[in-house]
Amino acid sequence: MKALYIVIVGGGKIGYYLSKALLNQGHEVLIIEKEARICERLEDELGSCCMRGDGCETAVLTEAGLNRADVLIATTSHDEDNLVSCQVAKHRFKVPRTISLVNNPNNDSIFRKLGIDATISVTNTILEHVEQEIPAHPLIHLLTMSGKMEEIVELTVNKEAPAIGKSLGQLRLPPDTTIALLMRENEKPRIPDAETVFMENDRVVALTTLDSEKILERNLLG
Amino acid sequence: MPGTQILKQTKKTIIIMGCGRVGGKLAAMLDAAGYRVTVLDLDAYSFRRLPPTFSGTALIGNGTDEDMLRKAGIESVDAFFALTQGDNRNVMAAQIAKHIFKVPRVICRIYDPLRKDIYEQLGLESISPTEVFADLLFNRLEKI
Repeated sequence: MKALYIVIVGGGKIGYYLSKALLNQGHEVLIIEKEARICERLEDELGSCCMRGDGCETAVLTEAGLNRADVLIATTSHDEDNLVSCQVAKHRFKVPRTISLVNNPNNDSIFRKLGIDATISVTNTILEHVEQEIPAHPLIHLLTMSGKMEEIVELTVNKEAPAIGKSLGQLRLPPDTTIALLMRENEKPRIPDAETVFMENDRVVALTTLDSEKILERNLLG
Repeated sequence: MPGTQILKQTKKTIIIMGCGRVGGKLAAMLDAAGYRVTVLDLDAYSFRRLPPTFSGTALIGNGTDEDMLRKAGIESVDAFFALTQGDNRNVMAAQIAKHIFKVPRVICRIYDPLRKDIYEQLGLESISPTEVFADLLFNRLEKI
């Protein structure tokens, strides 16, 4: 595996655990942190991998060698600081990949529109998990592909679902949708084929798009 | 006041984010000149800077929040000024105004000259008070 040079802005909890994991994977990691106290603590524990400074400032980022960085990850609790770090990295230093933590879930899509390669919203992630815990929820979002309209969803075949007793071949699915996996109690998960007949309580994982998920849900679950 | 007579009928609308000394002063000037002004600030105490004659709207809220900007009427506004103390807050709000809400004129204050250069290259109309004031002082000295 190629070792990457990864710069992390913000030495808080996320920055700390992230750098620990990335260092263990053999990457070169530098944390940029404003507070001297936090810097010292990080260096005590992780070795010399921390630089004191403002991760939005061009001078600091130059000193951090951002020119040769493969990835910049902004992890502070201020969305505006994360945005600026990523944008300066991208436009001034041509860093190929910028990843930003977003605290306000609305900023998820805003940041992508403003050119950040990947965004992570803790709030949205928790919301998705809550969705998964609601038994009545017929369609659960498992994963959204970064930058694309594609997503992976899970559906549970309920008592009244029109799909019961029908085979996959008989179901009318949108053309951009694929049923990838069938999970049935006391059976090994398997890839369904055209002859597979659906039963109550079957769980299926499907690759679909934001536009097609409603049609998928209607045709399978009613 | 110069420009007092302009645009009394058309009532151009303007949002100012940050009611500090500059934001407050600008809001008062634009209000007196006949613009419809909405001022946003996180702290209600900042609105003390607005004159008693101010006829615009003062809203408590965060200008980097999409929902708050919508509440302030950003979807139909003619111009947006980002004038808080924080460069990054200004940069973020200005970009949301320009790229998400397509506000026709967006002006952003960025104290840090280097950061100003980067965002100017990215097409954001920005002013660095640091640069402007240093230039001003330098030119005064030259005349001594």
